[in-house]
Amino acid sequence: MNQWKNFSKGFIKENAVFVLFLGLCPTLGVTTSAINGLGMGLATTFVLVMSNLVVSLVKNLIPDKVRIPAFIVIIASFVTVVELVMRGYVPGLFDALGLFIPLIVVNCVVLGRAEAFASKNTIWSSLVDGAGMGLGFTMALTVLGAVRELLGSGAFFGMKLISGDAMLLFILPPGAFLALGYLLVLANMIKEKTS
Amino acid sequence: MEYILIIISAVFVSNIVLNQFLGICPFIGVSSKVETAIGMTGAVTFVMVIATLVTYLIYQSVLIPLGIVYMQTITFILVIASLVQLVEIILKKISPPLYQALGIFLPLITTNCAVLGVAVLAVQKDFGLLESTVFAIGNAIGFGLALITFSGIREQLDLLNVPSRMKGVPIAFIVAGLMALAFMGFAGIV
Repeated sequence: MNQWKNFSKGFIKENAVFVLFLGLCPTLGVTTSAINGLGMGLATTFVLVMSNLVVSLVKNLIPDKVRIPAFIVIIASFVTVVELVMRGYVPGLFDALGLFIPLIVVNCVVLGRAEAFASKNTIWSSLVDGAGMGLGFTMALTVLGAVRELLGSGAFFGMKLISGDAMLLFILPPGAFLALGYLLVLANMIKEKTS
Repeated sequence: MEYILIIISAVFVSNIVLNQFLGICPFIGVSSKVETAIGMTGAVTFVMVIATLVTYLIYQSVLIPLGIVYMQTITFILVIASLVQLVEIILKKISPPLYQALGIFLPLITTNCAVLGVAVLAVQKDFGLLESTVFAIGNAIGFGLALITFSGIREQLDLLNVPSRMKGVPIAFIVAGLMALAFMGFAGIV
């Protein structure tokens, strides 16, 4: 398989958030700023790459009937690793992401790739697939975070661009739904233009 | 009184879907018909309350005494996954009609982050056994309220002439945003 195609599909064609609508809880929950989105995306990417790697390594050892629980245990182990590392080295980000770090376990993107891709493909392809899907997810979260931060607090990656108040609504919960809704409309418009 | 406050706060003020962003996947995925939304709510309520109860007991009686609190994530998700299987088997035996109604939704619940989320939140908030149970019930009601209302709106939405680029998921998100805005009106009542 063409590895470049395998890698790049996660960004546009099969983007987890904008096309497949997977992993929406962290997408909406943590994107109050671009840096939170980026951090969450990278944490998820790490789990995705590692779980894809291990799943493709042990795919022939696991009986078909218990494969889902087995995948969940593998994913949960890496999530625990991420939790401990982040608590130790980036406590600020860890607090900001809060509940959504342990919830990477139930992120449908991670289990979805383990089941749909890593359990059927070679180690190398699974690694590339995990990295592509993960970075595509990271991109989506960072874009949404940047848009919400820009509109909601008038800043970009923490740099204040306008003084005074901005549209506070966009960093409050309703703003998450509205911003993602309009970004999806934008994505549809681009899709129509290019096809 | 304290329990009533927990319920009101879980249902309205910090609604699990519209304010906490948990369980968005079923919220968007199975909300196109009121009937399926009701089925999903039933299944989630069932699993959420039992899961919170069981994970609370395991956390207090196994994880804390052994000093392995860092195993929380792995333990909780395993408990939830096996619980879902167990509920499925028991339901099939004792109540076939209920199994028929909830059956297809049960496997989906393992990866519903609302269930794990509520279990983790109950532990984080240092609730007691009864408080945790009430908290889970409140959140389940909140999930049902958001999901069923939203599916009602989406059924109506199908009849409207929505611009083609907004059809489907984009307009659903915008509607959800407006609902969340309405729910913000409850802020401060508790």
